[in-house]
Amino acid sequence: MFGLRMLGRDCGIKLRKDGFEQGGGMVDVNLVNPFINATLNVLGTMASVKTEAGKPYLKKDNVARGDVTGVIGITGEANGTISVTFDEGSILKIVSNMFGEEMRELNDEVEDAVGELTNMISGQARMELEEKGKLFHAAIPSVITGKNHKIVHITKGPQIAIPFTTEGGSFTIEVCLDN
Amino acid sequence: MDLSMKILIVDDFATMRRIMKNTLKQIGLTNVIEADDGTTALKELESSKVDLIISDWNMPKMTGIELLKAVRGSSQLKDTPFLMVTAEAQKQNVLEAVQAGVSNYVVKPFTPEAISEKLKKIFG
Repeated sequence: MFGLRMLGRDCGIKLRKDGFEQGGGMVDVNLVNPFINATLNVLGTMASVKTEAGKPYLKKDNVARGDVTGVIGITGEANGTISVTFDEGSILKIVSNMFGEEMRELNDEVEDAVGELTNMISGQARMELEEKGKLFHAAIPSVITGKNHKIVHITKGPQIAIPFTTEGGSFTIEVCLDN
Repeated sequence: MDLSMKILIVDDFATMRRIMKNTLKQIGLTNVIEADDGTTALKELESSKVDLIISDWNMPKMTGIELLKAVRGSSQLKDTPFLMVTAEAQKQNVLEAVQAGVSNYVVKPFTPEAISEKLKKIFG
């Protein structure tokens, strides 16, 4: 049984099958792909930022890859959390483009923007999932900041990490679902 | 569309209020006031005449759909145009908003063109 074949079908990611089996859980890629598509759509529309998706991997620790993270809980077809963690360079570029003025530090406005971006990514992804017959509900997002902060996904599913690069830096989406 | 109309933007995220203000400015609409959720929006609506409400859905205390129902249930406010701008794009949400009397519905992320088009539909 293998449920990952289609991961990246919509964004050009190629996935090695064994990469996910090592994590001890099978992930339905039909649940993960919509989050990739949503991220590309949201950042392209709201911030005119071009993003390039890297190779997804199974994350084994709780340390965030970025400096500021938006986390949103979802329930429904599966339960879990989605987080988007940005390094300083990427989020400053993204928010600068969103506001039309240069942002130079991680302040309240940037944190607020991360929450809203996470909210939009969640909404877009859930819309695509609904089209596939999978209904989800989401909570209001939370934002965490700080170097090497931890993201603890309470759900016991595998943590799928999808890295992205932008012109300003990098960010990673983590999807952790119990189904 | 009267470019001097007064618009109330309701969103718990300051970022989105700022982006919406910038978007409206691009369309030529600058008479804008803000509220960070449904309860503060209702207070604003009690104290000033507003020509258009642009509201998010997911907000603490009082959500956008609750605000919409309160507005439509008020004899003084019931005819105020109400544009829902939200990340909630599922059919059930759209249906609920339509049943509650929303004037139009925009799914985030949005472009200035999308907002402009919806406003033209609302105001002819």
